[in-house]
Amino acid sequence: MTSTLEKKEIEQITAIAPDPSWESEVREAAMRSIVTKPGKNWWIAVSLLSLVVVAGLGAWIYQLKHGMNSAGYNDQAFWAVYIADVVAFIGVSYGGAVVSAILRLSGQSWRAPLTRLSEGMALVTVLIGGAFIFPHLGRPERFLNIVAYPNFSSPLVWDFIAIATYTLATAIFFYLPLIPDMAVAKNLVDKGGKRARLFSILSLNWMGTKKQRALLHRVLTVISLIIIPLAVSVHSVLSWAFALTSRPGWMESVFPPYFVVAALYSGTALVIVTIYAFRKGYKLERFITDRHFVRLGYMMAALGLVYAYLTVADMLTEGYTGITTGWIQETLTGKYAIPFWFYVIAGEIVPIALVVMKKTRNAKGMTVAGVLVVISLWIKRIVIILPAATQPLISGQWGSYHFTWVSITVTLAGVAAIPLLLMILFRFIPLMSIDEMEEVGPLGSIEQISKETLKAAREESIPEPSKEESK
Amino acid sequence: MDERAGESGMKLLFNKNQHDIDGDSENANEVSRRKFLKIVGVGAGSVAAVGAGIELIPYKAWADSNPNGWGGNSGVSGMSAATMGSSQEVGNHQWAMVIDLRNCDGCKSCTAACQKAHYLTEDQTWIRVFEMGDSQGNTYYMPRPCMQCENPPCLDVCPVHATFRTDQGVVLVNQGRCIGCRMCMAACPYQARYFNWKAGAKYPDTGVAPTPEFPVPQRLGTAGKCTFCVGNLNHGLMSECASACPMGTIYNGDMITDVAINSLGNTVKLSKFLYENDAVAYKDEYNTHPRVWYIPGHGQNLDTNATTG
Repeated sequence: MTSTLEKKEIEQITAIAPDPSWESEVREAAMRSIVTKPGKNWWIAVSLLSLVVVAGLGAWIYQLKHGMNSAGYNDQAFWAVYIADVVAFIGVSYGGAVVSAILRLSGQSWRAPLTRLSEGMALVTVLIGGAFIFPHLGRPERFLNIVAYPNFSSPLVWDFIAIATYTLATAIFFYLPLIPDMAVAKNLVDKGGKRARLFSILSLNWMGTKKQRALLHRVLTVISLIIIPLAVSVHSVLSWAFALTSRPGWMESVFPPYFVVAALYSGTALVIVTIYAFRKGYKLERFITDRHFVRLGYMMAALGLVYAYLTVADMLTEGYTGITTGWIQETLTGKYAIPFWFYVIAGEIVPIALVVMKKTRNAKGMTVAGVLVVISLWIKRIVIILPAATQPLISGQWGSYHFTWVSITVTLAGVAAIPLLLMILFRFIPLMSIDEMEEVGPLGSIEQISKETLKAAREESIPEPSKEESK
Repeated sequence: MDERAGESGMKLLFNKNQHDIDGDSENANEVSRRKFLKIVGVGAGSVAAVGAGIELIPYKAWADSNPNGWGGNSGVSGMSAATMGSSQEVGNHQWAMVIDLRNCDGCKSCTAACQKAHYLTEDQTWIRVFEMGDSQGNTYYMPRPCMQCENPPCLDVCPVHATFRTDQGVVLVNQGRCIGCRMCMAACPYQARYFNWKAGAKYPDTGVAPTPEFPVPQRLGTAGKCTFCVGNLNHGLMSECASACPMGTIYNGDMITDVAINSLGNTVKLSKFLYENDAVAYKDEYNTHPRVWYIPGHGQNLDTNATTG
């Protein structure tokens, strides 16, 4: 029983399998960003993105001088766009970490060409998300008061500890698989150059001995095991900054898993977008295939359904008895109806349809779905935050938040910083994990297939890859 | 300070020699705390039936079951003994407030006086007069200062201990430490927290640095709220809002001396006044234990006051 998809798989495998020069091919492709000089388009993109980031910093300085009123805040909209940015950016980071960690733990060898990019995305986004705490604060220069006078009963202190720990873990998780690659890379750049020296230091004298390999493998398994609960804790604690208040709409026991799933959903989406951009930019179609996008698309769609379920669970439980329905009315039919239904359509229905429909189940379709999910989930965060913040708790009018050029510019700067930092980062490190790609071989990294498929392939007398025979 | 006091026509409030703390009541209060929580549960149920959305806990129910609670002759409240007893000294005063809604006509003189004294912006209504509706479609007015909770949610969530509670039971903000995260605004069920979003009203430079008791001028990017005018109270003066109220709606009170006074010069025995007038604590089922009590009403006394006051 071979479906068309599996047939496609087999074709792909047979196209690649007999190729003996896998190693050199991987090395050439992974080092493409380091060895070649950046082209004109790269410079244009980097300059434009830098401009946006600089504009954002300027807007922030303006905000520091003139107060947070310039960013649209007021007493009834005390939390708004910046806390949504913190939640959204740290959220997408989780997707990067989990694609790598879960797939590593479950032995999914097809992850090999994706891990480096997704780990890099995780690192960059957690740094940006953490940085958004500064525009969120009225007195950012006093930030270290959290260290000097911590109140351990405050969820924000837990946030600080959780985010700091997670950031550190993400950095380690990014660096460890890089060690063997650095050892390879130092021989592929000009000897004695600055980069060769940097790679040499970062490679920590990696020789690729059995002992070193065993050690690295064990450490990676441990950190993969650590990073999953760590990320769960980060998003749970982030949700408690809301859920541990007495506000209807926030004081919900569903909030921790709600935030965790939102993070995974949007994060998987951004992984798809990231690998699409890099695949296109560095012509990695040979290694990152449509099948990768489809697999990630399935993951994303499943998470999307869970997230839709949690949204319904939250609103139905709150709304049914009619005690605290104000924010639900505002969300469904009031002030926040347009962004909310935008999320329902662009953040759930359309992306899942794109995954379900065969016609769009390819790299492009998945990327469009990914972009929609990332944008919609940011909007969803706004819809979670604003109605509960602006509701009147005693009587009187609903408050409202108005987007201003300051908050928009600062947020766009964060958005621009993701591709900017990734583009710069991947000028210094290989695009794919050379070591993992070589370990799993062409068959494993392009596609991990079941025994049945292999058997079917044998029956159709398709020459088998040499690695598989020796097993 | 004295100059400002003269301006707003303050009245001498408390005699400092009046207080007599009964040390023997400590143990009784430990027990009464537990009883109190039970009563709160019962009270919340019965009140919820009256009006949805308005959460009131009757003072009477608590006092009936706590003959030794403050208001008897014990001095310190059972509530405060539990919330402060072990970790904090109990001060020489326990400041409280009674807002008699039978007298409020919603003129907002309290808000104006407060904003003037603290050089606040128009949005910063540390005492805000809410227009409330009842099930019959009538409206009444409800001034809302900071409730000075015995168990303040804003204090629990503040990441840097910028919010603290004094030994006189007043919750204050150290604006020199506040990082401006606004978690307190999220946590306060009374919407009593305000932020300095933009530069405040013009402030004549007196050369005196702002303190948590008198945080003037407000600092940009930090949280602020009603201070109960604790500086005034400790100097035997009334709070700005109470002294500015033309109707005598707002009483400043002390739970240790068990006295309360309003701008019309009415001096009452605090516990008796609360008991006899069916005073309630607002949203006490959030476990906040406010030090501000309301006497329910809709301005029905206004005519009487005008003649007798």
